[in-house]
Amino acid sequence: MADTDLDRAKRRFLLTATTLGCGVAAGAAAVPFVASMLPSERAKAAGAPVEVDISKLEPGQKMIVEWRGKPVWVVRRTPEMLKAVQADDERVADPQSTRSQQPSYAKNEYRSLKPDLLVLVGICTHLGCSPVDRLEPKPEPFAADWHGGFYCPCHGSLFDLAGRVYKNKPAPDNLTVPPYKLVGDAKLVIGDDTQGA
Amino acid sequence: MAATEQKLPVTGAGPFNGVLTWIDQRFPLLSLWREHVSEYYAPKNFNFWYYFGSLAMFVLVLQIVTGIFLVMHYKPDAAQAFASVEYIMRDVPWGWLIRYMHSTGASAFFIVIYLHMFRGLMYGSYRQPRELVWIFGMIIYLMLMAEAFFGYLLPWGQMSYWGAQVIVNLFDALPLIGPDLALWIRGDFVVSDATLNRFFAFHVIAIPLVLVGLVAAHIMALHEVGSNNPDGVEIKAKLGPDGHPLDGIPFHPYYTVKDTFGVMVFLGLFAIVLFFMPEFGGYFLEYNNFVPADPLKTPQHIAPVWYFTPYYSILRATTADFKLVLSAAALAMAFLIVRSPFRAKTKALAVFVTVALLVGFYFIDAKVWGVVLMGLAVMIFFLLPWLDVSPVKSIRSKGPLYKSALAVFVVVFLVLGYFGTQPVSPFATYMAQLGTLLYFAFFFLMPWYSRMDKTKPVPERVTV
Repeated sequence: MADTDLDRAKRRFLLTATTLGCGVAAGAAAVPFVASMLPSERAKAAGAPVEVDISKLEPGQKMIVEWRGKPVWVVRRTPEMLKAVQADDERVADPQSTRSQQPSYAKNEYRSLKPDLLVLVGICTHLGCSPVDRLEPKPEPFAADWHGGFYCPCHGSLFDLAGRVYKNKPAPDNLTVPPYKLVGDAKLVIGDDTQGA
Repeated sequence: MAATEQKLPVTGAGPFNGVLTWIDQRFPLLSLWREHVSEYYAPKNFNFWYYFGSLAMFVLVLQIVTGIFLVMHYKPDAAQAFASVEYIMRDVPWGWLIRYMHSTGASAFFIVIYLHMFRGLMYGSYRQPRELVWIFGMIIYLMLMAEAFFGYLLPWGQMSYWGAQVIVNLFDALPLIGPDLALWIRGDFVVSDATLNRFFAFHVIAIPLVLVGLVAAHIMALHEVGSNNPDGVEIKAKLGPDGHPLDGIPFHPYYTVKDTFGVMVFLGLFAIVLFFMPEFGGYFLEYNNFVPADPLKTPQHIAPVWYFTPYYSILRATTADFKLVLSAAALAMAFLIVRSPFRAKTKALAVFVTVALLVGFYFIDAKVWGVVLMGLAVMIFFLLPWLDVSPVKSIRSKGPLYKSALAVFVVVFLVLGYFGTQPVSPFATYMAQLGTLLYFAFFFLMPWYSRMDKTKPVPERVTV
């Protein structure tokens, strides 16, 4: 059969139809493989609330609790620390936490339910390192006039004692406040803030 | 017809002519051997810098072989991974040797690849007609970075864990899809056992398969167009009476012997590191990685392994203030393009991109731009064949402008690399920002300085 006898339009149509059909089939076949990499049911179920006894947490002390695999910090702030937070309003990027993540009851200057008790997810909002304690007000290599707070060793972000990020640092937002509630004075529940339990 | 016409018997000097004939009549053994080895004519003026291609192949084989034996003892399980690596180091016969060969090999791979790429930059090996050789090579480099990154999580030390956390969070920074993409990569809400398992799968099978295929494509593309050389002369332009390039010599035996010598010297240096300083002062294996991964505590000072630090510096350099400098640089670029004799469409595109960038710099966080700049710093290499418009290939014919630009680029790359290993300080940030500007200037200004440069004529024949 000579080339001139070919119905080129029909060939082109068949070629396009086959290509599209195979493309759709390949795309559909990829779905289970791609989806298999999403968090498993077990991973999703592991996010249960954590109960913490804070009766022995003295003013100025900090404890670290694991919640959903992440470090959660609980700090009982002293009156001096709360004054330092007020003094930091000028230095931080988002003093009123308008663009940061926290439950509504922690959207205030101290970023907490009760002013003295600070609860934060200790994961930098930049690239996920856990900042380290620099709680004492004293001159530091990264800030000569340091009021106390947290320093991220990875990329140098600074956070004040309310977890608010300093201006012009790599981290865009304040540290996240997880949902939490207090049961009495001694028990803190992280990951659950429904009342009346 | 090939089916009926049998190929001629093999008549070599060795004792296996019969077997070789039997194979050759069923498989293109001899033609492959001739095309890629015994009759692949390479320029006769290859110098020191031409060792690194074959060395890279050698290290790839070394990594695959040592990797196979490590997998026999390693456990990709968050509860057991760290201990299984220590088990390899202490209890498996010769396990320490195989593990240190693999970890030293990883750094050696990057040293060899960076020198191989520098050779390309010096002699214009990316220029037409070798653009695809360069592009395949760049994809190999990207895959190698992925391979190194996935592999670094496997020992499940503190650096493994927090390094993976930071790099996966780079994807989290992307607008809209970022958080879901990072979740999909990790397979969990934090770097966890699920992450370790999949990184293991990528490290031991997915990426190595792709790497081997790409290396084959890199070499086939190279053998299609022929090797460049330090003079930047196209040896195929001058053929002898036998149809082979006058300035070419067969790869085998000439360069097989030369490259074997190179491998011997390499192995000598490799052994010194392997036996006397396998951690290489914390640069090849970071000290913090001898501490098991702790998801609740980031080490005081974290830095990636040395081969990623130039890019890491660029990531850290991008602060909110630096966006102003970037805006100024984008405006200057647009001004330069508009004032140069480009087509109207190109100029319009440049203005559009600049306006988009300025809007983006204003509205989008520095965090996103850090990630974008870091990605761009790697990807920009792909454009080299089109950014360099010099009439000559090799640095031997290029003028003072290109020579200075390349020298500055090499220094900047090393300085960025150094500061990437150091903790953050205002001075380090300032140096990283200066370095970032110079790094991109090398590429973005290349169309101008490579055109303005005073070049020397390319010689007729290669000089030896």
